[in-house]
Amino acid sequence: MILAIVFLPLLAAAIAGFGNKAIGNVPAKVVTTGALFISCALSWPIFIGYLSGANVATVTPVLHWITSGTMSVDWALRVDSLTAIMLVVITSVSALVHLYSWGYMSEEPDQPRFFAYLCLFTFAMLMLVTADNLVQMFFGWEGVGLASYLLIGFWFRKPSANAAAIKAFVVNRVGDLGFMLGIFGTFLVFGTVSIPAILAAAPGMAGSTIGFLGYRFDTMTVLCLLLFVGAMGKSAQLGLHTWLPDAMEGPTPVSALIHAATMVTAGVFMVCRLSPMFETSPTALGVITVIGACTCFFAATVGTVQTDIKRVIAYSTCSQLGYMFFAAGVGAYGAAMFHLFTHAFFKALLFLGAGSVIHAMHHEQDMRYYGGLRRHIPLTFWAMMMGTLAITGVGIPALFGNPMAFGFAGFHSKDAIIEVAYAGGSGFAFWAGVIAALLTSFYSWRLMFLTFWGKPRWTGSEHIQHAIHDAHGHGHDDHAHGHAHDAHHNDAHSEDAGREPHTHGAGHTDVPEGTGGYHPHESPLVMLIPLIVLSIGAIAAGFVFHGWFIEPEAGESYWKGAIAFNEHLMHSMHGVPVWVKLSATVVMLLGLLTAYLTYIRAPEFPAKFADQFRILYRFLLNKWYFDEIYHFLFVRPAFAIGRLLWHRGDEKTIDRFGPNGVAWLVQLGSKGAARFQTGYLYSYAFVMLIGLTAAVTWAILG
Amino acid sequence: MQGFPILSVMLAVPAVAAIACLFLSAQGARLLALAATLIDFALGIVLWTQFDVGGAQWQFVEHAPGIFGPFGWSLGIDGFALLLIMLSVFLMPICIGASWRAIDKRVPEYMGLFLFTEVLMIGTFAAQDLFLFYVFFEAGLIPMYLIIGIWGGANRIYASYKFFLYTLLGSLLMFVAMLYMARTAGTTSIPALLAYDFPASVQTWLWIAFFASFAVKMPMWPVHTWLPDAHVQAPTAGSVILAGVLLKLGGYGFLRFLLPMFPEASGQLTWLIFALSAVAVIYASLVALVQSDMKKLIAYSSVAHMAIVTIGLYAFNQQGIEGAMIMMLSHGLVSGALFLCVGVIYDRLHTREIARYGGLSINMPKYAVLFLFFTMASIGLPGTSGFVAEFLSLMGTYQVSTWTALLCTTGIILGAAYMLYLYRRVAYGEIKSDEVAAMPDLSSRELWLLAPIAAVTLWMGVYPESFLAPMRKDVQVLLQRIDRANPGSDSRPTAGNPALATTHAPEHQAAHGEAH
Repeated sequence: MILAIVFLPLLAAAIAGFGNKAIGNVPAKVVTTGALFISCALSWPIFIGYLSGANVATVTPVLHWITSGTMSVDWALRVDSLTAIMLVVITSVSALVHLYSWGYMSEEPDQPRFFAYLCLFTFAMLMLVTADNLVQMFFGWEGVGLASYLLIGFWFRKPSANAAAIKAFVVNRVGDLGFMLGIFGTFLVFGTVSIPAILAAAPGMAGSTIGFLGYRFDTMTVLCLLLFVGAMGKSAQLGLHTWLPDAMEGPTPVSALIHAATMVTAGVFMVCRLSPMFETSPTALGVITVIGACTCFFAATVGTVQTDIKRVIAYSTCSQLGYMFFAAGVGAYGAAMFHLFTHAFFKALLFLGAGSVIHAMHHEQDMRYYGGLRRHIPLTFWAMMMGTLAITGVGIPALFGNPMAFGFAGFHSKDAIIEVAYAGGSGFAFWAGVIAALLTSFYSWRLMFLTFWGKPRWTGSEHIQHAIHDAHGHGHDDHAHGHAHDAHHNDAHSEDAGREPHTHGAGHTDVPEGTGGYHPHESPLVMLIPLIVLSIGAIAAGFVFHGWFIEPEAGESYWKGAIAFNEHLMHSMHGVPVWVKLSATVVMLLGLLTAYLTYIRAPEFPAKFADQFRILYRFLLNKWYFDEIYHFLFVRPAFAIGRLLWHRGDEKTIDRFGPNGVAWLVQLGSKGAARFQTGYLYSYAFVMLIGLTAAVTWAILG
Repeated sequence: MQGFPILSVMLAVPAVAAIACLFLSAQGARLLALAATLIDFALGIVLWTQFDVGGAQWQFVEHAPGIFGPFGWSLGIDGFALLLIMLSVFLMPICIGASWRAIDKRVPEYMGLFLFTEVLMIGTFAAQDLFLFYVFFEAGLIPMYLIIGIWGGANRIYASYKFFLYTLLGSLLMFVAMLYMARTAGTTSIPALLAYDFPASVQTWLWIAFFASFAVKMPMWPVHTWLPDAHVQAPTAGSVILAGVLLKLGGYGFLRFLLPMFPEASGQLTWLIFALSAVAVIYASLVALVQSDMKKLIAYSSVAHMAIVTIGLYAFNQQGIEGAMIMMLSHGLVSGALFLCVGVIYDRLHTREIARYGGLSINMPKYAVLFLFFTMASIGLPGTSGFVAEFLSLMGTYQVSTWTALLCTTGIILGAAYMLYLYRRVAYGEIKSDEVAAMPDLSSRELWLLAPIAAVTLWMGVYPESFLAPMRKDVQVLLQRIDRANPGSDSRPTAGNPALATTHAPEHQAAHGEAH
């Protein structure tokens, strides 16, 4: 069964990818989407089997892979309670994203390729989570990287998409450097790359030291930190996060699947999978906590000022991944996995919802040109609302006589992380988490208010202008604006023909202010169904599943050793002071209030604020200048040094003093050297050969 | 099969065909060359299937003393030689196919030279006599000089001259060392010399002499500058053979001579290999990043990849040596295929200038897929041969020197940067010009050249056991021989002590000194 779950997507990817134009759009879409729905249908029973406690961990061997000396690696599929979570997350979100793409990509000429890539991604991701050894995990790790590269660069005619694709791949490779060295070190220490064997042996290596780069360090700290560098790259943690916002160049369904729900959580999965190993190094866990907390705070601050709807959600993802990491860092792997699980639903929902908005707004992604969309695309609005309620953590805490906490998905998982950070003794992570929760609430509501409330500001958008012109262009030659766009006449808007487009936004009698006569259209059913299904997940995933993930009993009833489950910590999580339990809810309300005041009550306030605190605003808008600094530190020097080595090193030094110098010397000394230059040198080679044969004869006989 | 001189036959078939080619028309020479290389490939498959994995070290041994005067006609192969011969006979028909249309002047001579190259390459790998090896090894360069010098690009004379000069010095030193070895040991038989222990003091000199020759062939930094020029000037098939097989002669020399014959010297000079290789990985990768000529870019990437071979070989452990060997095979396939990819578009637009291309994914989708596949294999994506190669070599290296492993692993970042940057400029973006838009997709002939290489690359990535098994025992034999000179590890983890987990065990720290 697990074989079918994992390899059906690969088969479908091959059929759609190689069949491509030959089989046509619809068969390619049917095959890929069908494969994913089958995989999904097969995955849920497995997960439910673990929930009920009926299933035990299994390993299904597939094929022998590499044997070299004492290192032996097999292709094998491991399923346990940790993998089961990932299976349902991956296959469910992937299946829904496939379905959604039927609508979202319907005007795309190159659909089989898109669906093949999506399927390939799903296969690689499944290989990653079912890995029984570190090398296969690395295979999945790189496989998803490849799919991510291909999908970010799906619109390969766009220079920005190509640049983003390369950036994603190369930055991830920096992380992979750490991962690879981590695997090498792990093999050196444990003599195996099998995950269960390593985890079993890891506690015994606590306190050992190892030489690394000429110094001696604590063995487990070195190994864990090297592996964590890999996780940082894939999960876009501070320092290696720069590729994730740029990855939004890819089609929106891709952002939902890869850059929100699944691939970017691979780092969290890896830390949880190897949790018994990380438990042996308090130093490494401390680093993970700090990096996670910093990322969580950093990304949230940047998210508050972005104007591109997808970038806001991208930074939000980065921030939420930070939560997962510091949860793991304080030892609450169950909480980290729980947030991963709920986040997959509500973040995929937010992205697909954003995609639906973008679809409605004719590819406009800038929230400054949205506004008032609530009534025009009500279903999308309600779906986004569910997502927002989930991510901001709306719910009623189990306080003041309320017997059971009850709320949206994020309420259960994020609040648990904040509480466990406090219980785990990491004040830094706790406060970072609380402040980030405030910012999360603010930027999420800001997004909602800018998009769905207020007055339409659509006329400022070039995309909308194009749409209007496409619809109205014919027969209106007196308009001053670009009729070049008429080539793509859009029948969807033909009912508007005859009305005058308004570019200045001033009221015409029968056109609502700011709309320019544009009518956003609700997305088709294939796009709405995934939104509805994910909404259910965003509402219920937290409440329904928290007992299996984070309650103290979960260690025995569900995890059964798949992660290092700290029962004691989960107990103390429930014992944190009331103000700690309330903190997340209070800051959520504060963020909502601030967003309400500044974007509904006083819409002119944000601009004033930005004017007043220009430096801070620019600092945040430019994402703390990470890209600029990296460009200055790494990209430009790499090219400059490359040119220098090439011209100064190869040409001016090695060639000059090497072959060219020799030629010059020879030319000085003998005219015969000129013959080197005339193409007869092979005659020299023959002469040489004959001479050598003579010499050998002498050597043997003499 | 015993008794049938299959190795001699594999040498004779292309040799006879090479001479016959000279008397044929252009089309006749093409057909004969293709037939001869395919026969050799079929013989190669027989050789592989008949090879007794885990059996005797030397198989298919043939010995006829005195045919060549003082040195004997001794042939025989072990696992290393088998795999490299397979690589040669596999790539040869592809080279003939790649030259089918691209070469239209002096076709009989060209085909004859290619067949002659095949003879010499197989001979080098199969030779069991020191001087027989030397003749094959050095003579292998002659057809390459001619191929570059006659059918090459505009600046072909300078390129072949550079090639010649570099090789000359190394060859002479190696020859002198061989004379000394033959006289001292009293034998020219390679298997006998493999068991002969030269005094450690002499070993260093012999090592340097051999190293001078093999380092040029590899090529290692800083004697690599002939390679970009030679590649740029060579015709496509010439580049394929140069990258695919001729560069492997250096690696083969390391395996066959430097390591097993001079183990002590190898152990002492490991630092030199590591230093040159680490420099090469970073240096060549950075230079590749700024190239505007496709062939130069791939040539520099070869220098970086070959450095991974040398560190793997000098890791003195099974992962390292097996990884190095897989890297040689993988690089032979992948960079050969990349040169074919360049050749495909060069045949259409007659320029290697990257900036002239763009948007090929639009009008050449099949080409774009295969080019992407080989790009990814070159980057070392798991599932392709490149990964198995890099992973094993670097894993082996890490066990010896963490610094070297770290520096050389940066190659995975830089490799991704320069290859993806190349791919983006060639295949992505908008179509650059009407000329580019007019380029047709792969013909079925071109598809049949690239697809088999892709299949083998994938095979080697997913199930490398087929390629690891034949050499496993040979690696063990080699390791037994050189283990006494193993330079040791700089990691040396101490035993764990869970009880002292929080104190960081200071007493262990005192007990172990620094590695270097």
